[in-house]
Amino acid sequence: MNPTLFLIFTSLLKIVGIVFVVILPMVSYSVYAERRVSALIQDRLGPNRVGPAGLFQPIADAMKFILKEDFTPANVNKFYYWLAPCLAMVPALMTIAVVPFGSTLFGVPMVIADINVGVLYVFAIASLGVYGIVIAGWSSNSKYPFLGGVRSSSQMISYELSLGLAVIPIFLLVGQLRLTDIVRYQIENGWMIAPFVGHWTDGWKWLLAIPMSISFVVFTIAIFAETNRLPFDLPEAETELVGGYHTEYGSMKFALFFLGEYAAMITGSAIIVTLFLGGWHLPVPWWNHAHGFHWLLIDGSLGGWRGVIGGLFNIFVFFGKVSVLLLFFIWVRWTLPRFRYDQLMRLGWVFFFEIALVNIFLAAIIIACLPQ
Amino acid sequence: MAITVSRPKLNWSERLYLPAILGGMAITFGHLKNMLLGRTKVTMQYPEQKWDSQMPDHYRGAPALVKDEGGRVRCVACQLCEFICPPRAIRIVPGEIPLGERFAKVEKYPEKFDIDMIRCIYCGMCEEVCPEQAIFLRKDYAITGYTRAEMVHDKEKLIEIGGVMHGLVLKWNEKK
Repeated sequence: MNPTLFLIFTSLLKIVGIVFVVILPMVSYSVYAERRVSALIQDRLGPNRVGPAGLFQPIADAMKFILKEDFTPANVNKFYYWLAPCLAMVPALMTIAVVPFGSTLFGVPMVIADINVGVLYVFAIASLGVYGIVIAGWSSNSKYPFLGGVRSSSQMISYELSLGLAVIPIFLLVGQLRLTDIVRYQIENGWMIAPFVGHWTDGWKWLLAIPMSISFVVFTIAIFAETNRLPFDLPEAETELVGGYHTEYGSMKFALFFLGEYAAMITGSAIIVTLFLGGWHLPVPWWNHAHGFHWLLIDGSLGGWRGVIGGLFNIFVFFGKVSVLLLFFIWVRWTLPRFRYDQLMRLGWVFFFEIALVNIFLAAIIIACLPQ
Repeated sequence: MAITVSRPKLNWSERLYLPAILGGMAITFGHLKNMLLGRTKVTMQYPEQKWDSQMPDHYRGAPALVKDEGGRVRCVACQLCEFICPPRAIRIVPGEIPLGERFAKVEKYPEKFDIDMIRCIYCGMCEEVCPEQAIFLRKDYAITGYTRAEMVHDKEKLIEIGGVMHGLVLKWNEKK
């Protein structure tokens, strides 16, 4: 087959597969997980009526949203009012394009677009998400959505700084922006939060774990702020702003905001997994007569059915890690109360910004001392 | 005059917030774990599980007309319950018992007896006021319907809910 045609065909297949088969069901089931886990944390049961253990609840929710009247209030700016929900959903789904969600399957790399500006693309697209919220707040022509939109823009700008600065130590170490290279580096040199794996006696590698874990913590918290999750959900603070930026929205348009938030959570977790937690890599303990006990690297490079199983295993591992992070997001949400607005700003500008900045120098010094 | 509230001095670990955050997360995780292991008592799953067997005798559910051991509907259509009913939920149309029947001396019986369950407030005054021990509040509480007309309990429905009551005073059975 013509290589260009083959590329187009496989890319389309990957886009459809990843968006409609993996991400969107994951979005609706993370809503279900949110409801069930929050219920269990609060000593309730949560939705358990539709289907076994309430597992068909997302389908019922989707039916409800589709069947509701699509109402547009009279005094909104119609064009932007309709544009905003799309702008909230699309960037979250676009970000996943550069994330390697598996090694290879049938010789095809499991990443939709393996571009060499990977993380820059992620930041560029992820920060577009704020436009959906700001436009929604502005076009609704109502005071609470407006306040939500204003809060959202200031919050996202504040935390994007520490988000960007927190990943610089990784690029100092790897020297590449391409996400597949970062994953490859982590397979060879240990995951970013545990760079000492495989170099147990190297003191510098142990020291390197300190700036990397600081980066990990700052980056994760910044992702929380970027996705408007509690404790940073000021744009939609129910107790203060009715519903925040989506107060005037209903039916499927509201659902797009709602699902966009969860899609952003999933892509955010996918990026955390790729940058810090080894992407699709999971070493498996193995034993055979020739080598004795050793850690086995499973990927799709083997021939025949072993390669297929390896590729599927990598995809499974990647989304397993993402799911664990999603559960962590939910757990944090139902534990921590919301920040006050001035606390949020002070935390972003006075604490995380500085800590990320100092962390870069710390990482640079340690990397300079690393034996090659 | 404004009162100045002195804020507590926090030490450095309290100012870091992290111990408090981790403590909070440990608490929520404990709740999650206890729920998953089934150690926490949760709300009763209503339509499947019901509390009916533990319901106390003085429970005030739907008002209903009862029969005595002889199978006679005890209401004599005196209309006291209709008059006492605070939300005016009860409507009675009295009828006359023809001469020659065994209970002809009772004179009246309810031709129609409607209780509008949308209006009923389950106060139990009809039971209190009844001189004939004919109307009682039973333990039915899930009164539902799709229309307002369905929510009106007529005489048959009331007798069906009421059932047979034992140990009542049978003052009309004696020869007088």
